[in-house]
Amino acid sequence: MSDRKRTAGFYLLAGFFGLYVLFLYGPTITIAVLSFQGPNGGLTFPMNGHSLHWFANLFQPQMVGDFGGSLERSLLLGAMVMATTVVVSLAAGLAYRKRFKGDTPLFYLAVASLVVPSILVSLGIGLMFGQSGLDTAWYGSAYGAQLTWTLPFGLLIMFAVFSRFNPSYEEAARDLGASPWQTLRHVVLPIIAPSLLGVALFGFTLSYDEFARTLLTAGEDNTLPLEIYAMTTNITTPVLYALGTLTTAFSFVVIGSCIAAVLIIQRRRARRAA
Amino acid sequence: MSTLPVAAGGTARAVAPRTHRRFDFARAAAYFQAAPLAIVFLCFLVFPIVAIVVVSFFDYDSVQIIPRFTLENYRELLFSKVTWETYLNTFRFAAMTWAATLVVGFTLSYFLAFHVRSTLMQIALSLLCTVPFWTSNIIRMISWIPFLGRNGLLNMALVRLGIIHQPLEFLLFSDFAVVLALVHLNTFFMMIPIFNSMMRIDRSLIEAARDAGARAPQVLWNVVIPLSKTGIAIGSIFVIALVMGDFITVRLMSRGQSASVGLMMANSISLLQYPAAAANAVLLLILVLGMIAGIVRGVDIRRELTGANPGGTATNE
Repeated sequence: MSDRKRTAGFYLLAGFFGLYVLFLYGPTITIAVLSFQGPNGGLTFPMNGHSLHWFANLFQPQMVGDFGGSLERSLLLGAMVMATTVVVSLAAGLAYRKRFKGDTPLFYLAVASLVVPSILVSLGIGLMFGQSGLDTAWYGSAYGAQLTWTLPFGLLIMFAVFSRFNPSYEEAARDLGASPWQTLRHVVLPIIAPSLLGVALFGFTLSYDEFARTLLTAGEDNTLPLEIYAMTTNITTPVLYALGTLTTAFSFVVIGSCIAAVLIIQRRRARRAA
Repeated sequence: MSTLPVAAGGTARAVAPRTHRRFDFARAAAYFQAAPLAIVFLCFLVFPIVAIVVVSFFDYDSVQIIPRFTLENYRELLFSKVTWETYLNTFRFAAMTWAATLVVGFTLSYFLAFHVRSTLMQIALSLLCTVPFWTSNIIRMISWIPFLGRNGLLNMALVRLGIIHQPLEFLLFSDFAVVLALVHLNTFFMMIPIFNSMMRIDRSLIEAARDAGARAPQVLWNVVIPLSKTGIAIGSIFVIALVMGDFITVRLMSRGQSASVGLMMANSISLLQYPAAAANAVLLLILVLGMIAGIVRGVDIRRELTGANPGGTATNE
């Protein structure tokens, strides 16, 4: 259809797409605006003046729970989950380029990991730790719980990458006498680097925002999403929006840097090829 | 995103050609490479599910789990009217969300795959739809409050336009709000698999259909939809599984007005009735896996998800 003139259908569908994007981002933009409410403003419009009052409020420990501590834990946990997801998914992706015994069950286990209801994973890990006398903690049980969510995504991305990976580059490296490790390090990894950045992005953001699987596995100290959830039940001021806006802005910065990094790599490559 | 038109059929996987010299090495390496993934799933998915099944047969009192075999948890669960009403309500949420995400996700993918011409634009627009998925779900739910509330934007707009005279009460904290939020959060899971399927449709098939005299709706119905079947199946699995197990959306968006299986489990857990929650979890797992088994019949999801690239048109873009 691409070589024909734009039809009425195109404009109709483009309008639908635009409305969807509005639906997708509208609410987030709304709370971003409302987080700048004046000190007497409420949870809905109209704006009652504008100020940074609610953002300042966020950093006063008595107003919200343990914001700083939970943020720190979430960032650390996100980094841990990200690193693990990249390494483990890459290794598994490489394994799936060959045949190995048990590849089918492992594949279905990965799919199951995505579709098993999160609260079940949370409950199961909680019970397992409880029954074996281990303490749940964000860096242990919650870390494992989050991996069950991020690793399948990492693996699926690796499948997509290697399904269109041209093996003749590796063959060329091998013919020139490269060891398997050298081939991986100097040929495969540079080629798939942008995709690995994508896996890292999934690993970090999905961990940073994870709630359901972390709920029963985080132990005594909350992660940020758990803290936010606790706030929703007892806080009725725009400080909630300020926190939401801040974490969303942070996510956008992470996503933006990731996309920028991919673009830079690709541009550099195009220049080198030219 | 695979941008190359690939022919239907062919081998199931792209496998690097092996030389005999490296054969044994590669073979052994595969096990080492797959082992970490297998270990994580074993420790944090398989064992926990085993733990749930075991505990679902345990007795309990108000403070602790008593490791003594009993069928009481299942008897209480299966013979309670509340259980089945809650399951029915959850099915209702799942069905409504599934239908809405399917229509919206399919339409968006169709636009992206067949109407957007440049690859760069396709990537940019699909990225635009993906970015919110990388932000917090809870924040995205909270974000509906100023929009749907009694004094929210929607009510104000409708009153100002003279469509209604009094603010609508049912917008926030209702089944409507729950389904709206579920669609808002989960359309991504429907859209991306369908888009991937559509991108693999050989464009010459569509040309052929058109040359044979098919009109646009006929092409859609007889070519595009059947060839997007796998993507639709994968999207459906995601959406149904996510909604069936949801509790946070239902809790936040209905503020306790609606019930769902996940919420029922969460309530048991908060009362420390772990064996009751575990029995419920087993029932939910059986139902969800049963539904998924029904969806995947006749669809090769493995081939779709492992990115089989028939015809060997591998490239490094």
